[in-house]
Amino acid sequence: MTSGRIKILAVASGGGHWVQLQRLRPAFAGEHVVYVTVDRSYRADVGTAPLYVVNDATRWSKWSLVKLALRIAWIIMRERPDVVVTTGAAPGYFAVMFGKLSGARTAWIDSMANVEQLSMAGRKAGRWSDRWLTQWPALAEPGGPAYEGAVL
Amino acid sequence: MIFVTVGAQMPFDRLTSCVDRWAASCGSGDVFDEIGNTDWRPAHMDWTAMLDPSEYRQRLFEADAVITHAGMGTILTALEFAKPMVVMPRRGDLRETRNDHQVGTARALAADGRVTVAWDEHELAAWLERLDQVEVPARIASHASIGLLSAVRDFIRGPVTPAAGSVAGRLGADDDRQRRRAA
Repeated sequence: MTSGRIKILAVASGGGHWVQLQRLRPAFAGEHVVYVTVDRSYRADVGTAPLYVVNDATRWSKWSLVKLALRIAWIIMRERPDVVVTTGAAPGYFAVMFGKLSGARTAWIDSMANVEQLSMAGRKAGRWSDRWLTQWPALAEPGGPAYEGAVL
Repeated sequence: MIFVTVGAQMPFDRLTSCVDRWAASCGSGDVFDEIGNTDWRPAHMDWTAMLDPSEYRQRLFEADAVITHAGMGTILTALEFAKPMVVMPRRGDLRETRNDHQVGTARALAADGRVTVAWDEHELAAWLERLDQVEVPARIASHASIGLLSAVRDFIRGPVTPAAGSVAGRLGADDDRQRRRAA
């Protein structure tokens, strides 16, 4: 690692995922942050930071997943982030996967909405994530996600 | 103003129609509902399908009380503004979400005293009659817990190099971390 700024790809789908990513922003201070989300109107939240808009794939339909995966892979190839940080869901899953494959370090912070079990994307994201976090202590386990605190 | 919102992903007519029935009977006239993409139309309150994020924050900020599904976006933002909030979780068995995660969210946050939960539309109707008794929650900060921020910060900066010293102190916990590593 050099003395320069670190390039972070910060990824979240809409609603609660995006709000939770915003609450992590103090941890990004001083770095070069590139955002990826699903709604153009969120641009107002990030000031002058670059922001990519991708399609969401909440219904897990095959075509929208393929389209989303291709788009995220393209963004990762183009931006070459040092680090990927995501609060989910589907866009975050592809971001940690392609991020990891491209040599970035990756962190998945599972949504606080998942109290009783990790989200489906969260469970699958574990193998692609250097840092795999849950926001509920009861869900932390050895070999599984860790608990370090919550967005609240 | 009573602000009702059910998020952008899918409608939640069981909640919004319950509020509409209440608005008809009490005639309060000061209810605004973001109903989502649905064919159902409220008859007794102001509504829109979707607000843009800044309008949404403004409505939340101005609200006297918030009626919502158990979505983390609304809950976190309403807690930032310390708004009294009645939450009715979506149910998986009624196909209001893919699973019952909102029931778990509601239960956990109610146990922490963050939200008031209406488990069904009858309980929601009862709470609407006594909104002045809904507890005002403690205001939360606009950022995540220091523990989580430190963990994410440590991860982002990665293995310590001589140059990493230059970022010490950006977070309160950074100094401790640097000392620990120096020791």
